[in-house]
Amino acid sequence: MASPHSTSSPSPSPQSSQSDEAVSVERFNRRLGLALFALYTTAYAVFMALAAFFPEVMALRPSGGVNVAISYGFGLIFGAFVLALVYLLLAKKVGAP
Amino acid sequence: MSATLLIFALLVGAVLGISFWLGRKARSSEGYFAAHGQIPWFINGVAFAGDYLSAASFLGICGMIAFYGYDGFLYSIGFLAGWVVALFVIAEPLKRLGRFTFADALASQFESRGITLAAAISTLVVSVFYLIPQMVGAGALIRPLLGWEHWQGVLTVGAVVTVIVVTAGMVSTTWVQFIKGSLLVVFCGVLTVLIWRRGFSVDERFLLHVPAPTTSTSPLEGKPFVLDEQGQLFKRERDGTVSQVQWTVGAGGRVESINGRPALSGKLLGVGSVVSLPNGAKSTGPLGPEEFITKLADSEVLVWKKEVHEDARKRVWTIWAPTVTRGEKLLLPGQHKLFQGIAGALPQVDPARPETAAARTRALLSRLDFLSLLLALFCGTASLPHILIRYYTVKDEQSARKSTVVGILAIGCFYVLTLFIGLGAMTSGALDLTDTNTAAPLLAKTVGELPFAVISAIAFTTVLGTVAGLIMAAAGAIVHDLLGNVLGKKLSDAEQVRAGKIAAILVGVVAMILGIQFSAMNVSFLVAWAFNIAASANLPALVMLLFWKRTTARGISAAILTGLFTSLAWVLLSREAFENVYGLSADLAPVPFSQPALVTVPLGFLVLVVVSFFSPARRR
Repeated sequence: MASPHSTSSPSPSPQSSQSDEAVSVERFNRRLGLALFALYTTAYAVFMALAAFFPEVMALRPSGGVNVAISYGFGLIFGAFVLALVYLLLAKKVGAP
Repeated sequence: MSATLLIFALLVGAVLGISFWLGRKARSSEGYFAAHGQIPWFINGVAFAGDYLSAASFLGICGMIAFYGYDGFLYSIGFLAGWVVALFVIAEPLKRLGRFTFADALASQFESRGITLAAAISTLVVSVFYLIPQMVGAGALIRPLLGWEHWQGVLTVGAVVTVIVVTAGMVSTTWVQFIKGSLLVVFCGVLTVLIWRRGFSVDERFLLHVPAPTTSTSPLEGKPFVLDEQGQLFKRERDGTVSQVQWTVGAGGRVESINGRPALSGKLLGVGSVVSLPNGAKSTGPLGPEEFITKLADSEVLVWKKEVHEDARKRVWTIWAPTVTRGEKLLLPGQHKLFQGIAGALPQVDPARPETAAARTRALLSRLDFLSLLLALFCGTASLPHILIRYYTVKDEQSARKSTVVGILAIGCFYVLTLFIGLGAMTSGALDLTDTNTAAPLLAKTVGELPFAVISAIAFTTVLGTVAGLIMAAAGAIVHDLLGNVLGKKLSDAEQVRAGKIAAILVGVVAMILGIQFSAMNVSFLVAWAFNIAASANLPALVMLLFWKRTTARGISAAILTGLFTSLAWVLLSREAFENVYGLSADLAPVPFSQPALVTVPLGFLVLVVVSFFSPARRR
């Protein structure tokens, strides 16, 4: 997984009276989001590369079943769902333990 | 047929009625935004799907899969992947700025008329480009339903929507999107199960690879077509046999005959069929989802290719000739003419034969086009102004996240279904050769009149809702941003409403005209252009605003305008625009491939960084 962005923060946000806790929750969630984004983008980029430059891999049909192109496509769709759920479960909110 | 129309009318009427009723309620209660803060996350999540799954997703993707197989499914994958960018990168930081839209967020950081102008122009152009495919889709829906011409459908929808927007204001509420979204996903699910249960059957309607007729004439000098004594046209195959084709003959832009009969009584036959199944079977019976795909992979399918020729008397022959194609090939990228170069290995250059170098260049360009499309779909979703707004219709961040996950689930399920619906249409024997966008409703018709009426009604209300929302967004950009903030006109409330209505009518008329102009194109392809333009104009500004402190107002305006106009120009100078919109030869088109994102998105970033370095930083 690529390392999440460490450039310290954009945006002095409008609610500048934020507590330290809110700032750390915000930072955690942003890093989590960027890490999951990096993971998904890698998978998507590999898909693009395979489709554009290695069509023979996409055509493989493990044991005569569904080919790689379709399995990978379904994988990207379900993968988006899984990562979204992971994000939902791991993202912190202010005031939580 | 009348029962079908009745159900269609009732469903459309019901959804419109509910939207009017809720629209009225929202106005009389605490007001638009207060009401929105109360929306439960699940409802909002499905409404995401209702908003996002426009006519393009339903009609365009299914149609593209039905005609070209896997290439259409690429759109499904890319459209969903775009949500990952929206959820993980853009939405929450943008929300932390305390603003709801692109233009708002920009305005909160800088005080600059130039930025408002750039953002308003970009919203306007993206909305109009998103409107075109919705209008084209509307025409495609009306045709099999009422038997009207495409342009009549476009005009009807345009007029109905403009009236709705002008008389009722913001009708497209969250609840209506919720109803539409759930109906769409549920009925597509039902349709998919019906397709699995039907399985595949061999279609023997067309004469393929039969002995050549003994007496025949050749209507087209030097072309491999022969007319037999009954007046049926055949194409000569390489093995000496002939195969039946479908054709029209016309002159001066008018069709004179269809399949050898006068234009009024002649008809093109519905296509899309399996011609052989594994082990010589005639039909498969009910299939499971995985079997459905593997059986198709091992079968042979008829794919029709269009050719246009002129005979000695200057009459134009449009001929669709079938090719028996392995199912396996259709389940891989590369069947659409746009992506042909990506199937198979990259050609090697042989110095002795200069044409091999040209072939290699073509194959490379087609790969770039393909990568550019996938990039545009990935970056486009988060750059569409009307998508991000919905992220803020719930109370807190936690429910916003939950509803996004519900949205991703609903949209993802739908995109999985598109593959089966498209492949079902590919083998339904009902495809219209002249219009890829009608595949899904025509498929529903082969299952029964009721599914046909229901699917058409859902798709139609989807078009109405999306078009109404887009016209409102465009009118808002004109009145609020252009008149109010840029030109500094102080308008009273009543004047603003009047100006909004006039703007809505103007945008509606423009959309109708463009909808007719672009009617020959697949709607997914057109939506992809809207994604290209949105991604090129908005994504660099959005990302850099959130993640780079040194970004300046001038950098942002420059990036938006550069991305917007370069991608727009690129699209209008592409092969597809030359061929399908201006009616010119595609070879005259000056740009090397048709999807601009691969060039124009990085260009936007570059312009933003360079201009920001040379302009004073004055962030609030």
